[in-house]
Amino acid sequence: MGKVNYFLTEEQQMIVDLARQIAEEKIVPVRAELDEKEEFPWDIMKDLAQADLFGLYIPEEYGGLGGGCFENCLALEQLAWGCIAVTTTYAASALGGYPILLFGNDEQKSKYLPDIASGKKLAAFGLTEANAGSDAGAIQTTAVEDGDYWVLNGTKQWITNGGEAEIYTIIALTDKHKGPRGASAFIVEKSDPGFSFGKKERKMGLRASATRELIFNDCRIPKDRLLGRRGQGFIIAMKTLDLARPGIGAIGVGLAQAALDEAVKYAKERIQFGQPIMSFQAIQHMLADMATQIEAARALVYSVARTIDAGEKDIAKLAAMAKLFATDMAMKVTTDAVQILGGYGYMKDYPVEKMMRDAKILQIYEGTNQIQRNVIGQALNKEYTIKKK
Amino acid sequence: MRFVVCIKQVPDAANVRFDPEKGTLIREGVEAMINPFDLNAIEAAVQLKEQLGGEVVCITMGPPQAESALRDALALGVDSAVLLSDRAFAGADTLATTRTLAAGIKKLGGADIVFCGKQAIDGDTAQVGPGLAARLGLNYATCISELEFIKDTNCLKVKRAWEEGYDILEIKLPALVTVLTCINTPRVPSLKGKLKAKKANIPVWGAKDLGLDTSLVGLSGSPTQVVTTCVPKFEAKKEMLEGDVEEKVDTLLNRLKEAGIL
Ligand SMILES: Cc1cc2nc3c(=O)[nH]c(=O)nc-3n(C[C@H](O)[C@H](O)[C@H](O)COP(=O)(O)OP(=O)(O)OC[C@H]3O[C@@H](n4cnc5c(N)ncnc54)[C@H](O)[C@@H]3O)c2cc1C
Ligand SMILES: Cc1cc2nc3c(=O)[nH]c(=O)nc-3n(C[C@H](O)[C@H](O)[C@H](O)COP(=O)(O)OP(=O)(O)OC[C@H]3O[C@@H](n4cnc5c(N)ncnc54)[C@H](O)[C@@H]3O)c2cc1C
Repeated sequence: MGKVNYFLTEEQQMIVDLARQIAEEKIVPVRAELDEKEEFPWDIMKDLAQADLFGLYIPEEYGGLGGGCFENCLALEQLAWGCIAVTTTYAASALGGYPILLFGNDEQKSKYLPDIASGKKLAAFGLTEANAGSDAGAIQTTAVEDGDYWVLNGTKQWITNGGEAEIYTIIALTDKHKGPRGASAFIVEKSDPGFSFGKKERKMGLRASATRELIFNDCRIPKDRLLGRRGQGFIIAMKTLDLARPGIGAIGVGLAQAALDEAVKYAKERIQFGQPIMSFQAIQHMLADMATQIEAARALVYSVARTIDAGEKDIAKLAAMAKLFATDMAMKVTTDAVQILGGYGYMKDYPVEKMMRDAKILQIYEGTNQIQRNVIGQALNKEYTIKKK
Repeated sequence: MRFVVCIKQVPDAANVRFDPEKGTLIREGVEAMINPFDLNAIEAAVQLKEQLGGEVVCITMGPPQAESALRDALALGVDSAVLLSDRAFAGADTLATTRTLAAGIKKLGGADIVFCGKQAIDGDTAQVGPGLAARLGLNYATCISELEFIKDTNCLKVKRAWEEGYDILEIKLPALVTVLTCINTPRVPSLKGKLKAKKANIPVWGAKDLGLDTSLVGLSGSPTQVVTTCVPKFEAKKEMLEGDVEEKVDTLLNRLKEAGIL
């Protein structure tokens, strides 16, 4: 069977095979139950740690594998084929780790990255607040200098891995009046005084992933927890999201592939009007569109990830495209998969209803797809202005 | 401590078919894998190493392709591996297999604990473990579902399952155990392990290296001769009973009475 050759190295193929093995053996058998019970997937996190997958993107000197965005995408895609709630838990640890990797000093990297790479500790990334979603600049959490400490006050909302992670990277205002230069990034540890968690959110999908409030009430952290320079907070947040967004695209590709696999399998078996529904051209055309869109999204995600790893610095537009296209695709493909399974697709006896419920989050978190379009639009505007000169 | 795990490469049971004409397994196109019980043997050994220190060596007797089973084992926390392979080893029964494995383990310098699976899913005899223990003069226990090292007495405390219950035994080291699949959950391979496994040098030892007389190994060293094999045919009449539980039970009772069984 013709498969697109993405020219993976032997090591990259190994990552794919290993992540797929974990998805098949460890994730698929428990995903429905984790979803039903809204249970945090600790056992699977241990398996992923044992498999060294938490360290894919972390340099070898900090205990990682020294891979890049592409290796991370390969793993995310296969894990997402199993369950994107589990995958989001894993991916959010990288989201919390990226700011340290990108902007941490040597001491911060040596202190935190090895535990993130080994999977001994999970990380999380806290930007969003009740009044600051797409408009990240509206955050109200503050960090004030006090001798050898920073003192944080405020509440972060909907933070993936909140309460489960040990290491948090938090964006907080340090100079309110300075606008885009008004925020800074900090590392907060779970055990820091004045740091607590709100209740676990109940969600439509992504139910095995933990989403909680982070509450800072005179939370005192040592001075050396400041990441990068004071005033760099929003830049750190944007660079982090730029690096992570192709990964969300990869999750979309893996999820959509799983939905297609279920839909084709079902269409070949389901008999109506005396024949498998696969024989109806209307069904075939839907499946054909699904398969084609998945492959197009995969090609885009892979190319963007490789471009990032090749050292391209101006990646905001490309990362947004990969996230936007692949996650809109995943929403459409999972919805169509439910359609192909008909009433059975709507029932919990088949996995596609969960896939459709889960898919929706991909269009919302790490920047809604409207915001991705804004990013792409603004980049185009800039590109063409420069060209004219 | 040195832990030696004996593993066998077997055809993937889920996909294997039998050629009723020739009476042999159709191995073409069927993926080979580590005997499932042996994955638990590896896990048991690696867990003990993580607890007590030492090394885990994996050994298999098989054709050159069996090397891939050893590489898979290396990705699961095994430290080194040896392949016992020689044309002369082909066609071995359990007796000849234990001779070869025993010679291999001796050449390794012996072992504090040898781990085997309870049985291989293709040969199914469950004889290799006990046979090997006898040949190496090791204390042994089969069908182990739990295991613990007791330092004070240099013993393994094991739970041995049998049909009606279980025994708790203490066996002095050096010892051999054969394990059940319920003893643990085999870990997933690690990427670093896989990378290491890919590059690992796996020595191949033949009859000469082991100082074995070729008349004592393989087919010529095997008193067992497989004269013929056949696929059992299931020709008995069968019938699915219809209806709810009550109806089914009534029908079943009637059938049993009709047949004179009740
Ligand atoms: C399950 C889950 C997990 C999450 N995990 C994290 C996490 O780990 N860390 C973290 O920091 N955040 C996290 N978030 C927050 C997430 O990133 C935000 O929900 C997201 O950025 C959107 O913000 P909002 O929900 O406040 O929507 P709003 O910003 O209120 O948007 C509402 C609607 O308006 C649209 N809109 C807003 N502004 C514009 C505009 N300028 N142009 C066009 N349309 C616009 C949006 O696209 C959307 O459709 C998580 C959210 C969820 C639901
Ligand atoms: C159709 C058929 C019929 C056979 N009939 C007989 C017979 O009647 N009598 C007979 O003696 N042989 C017979 N054999 C040969 C026998 O199956 C094996 O070749 C062999 O001796 C191993 O026995 P086993 O597979 O039953 O292993 P078991 O004794 O069931 O295996 C137990 C454990 O021993 C270890 N082990 C087994 N084989 C190896 C190996 N090659 N390398 C490393 N470790 C190993 C593993 O830890 C394994 O889990 C037959 C083979 C076939 C194909």
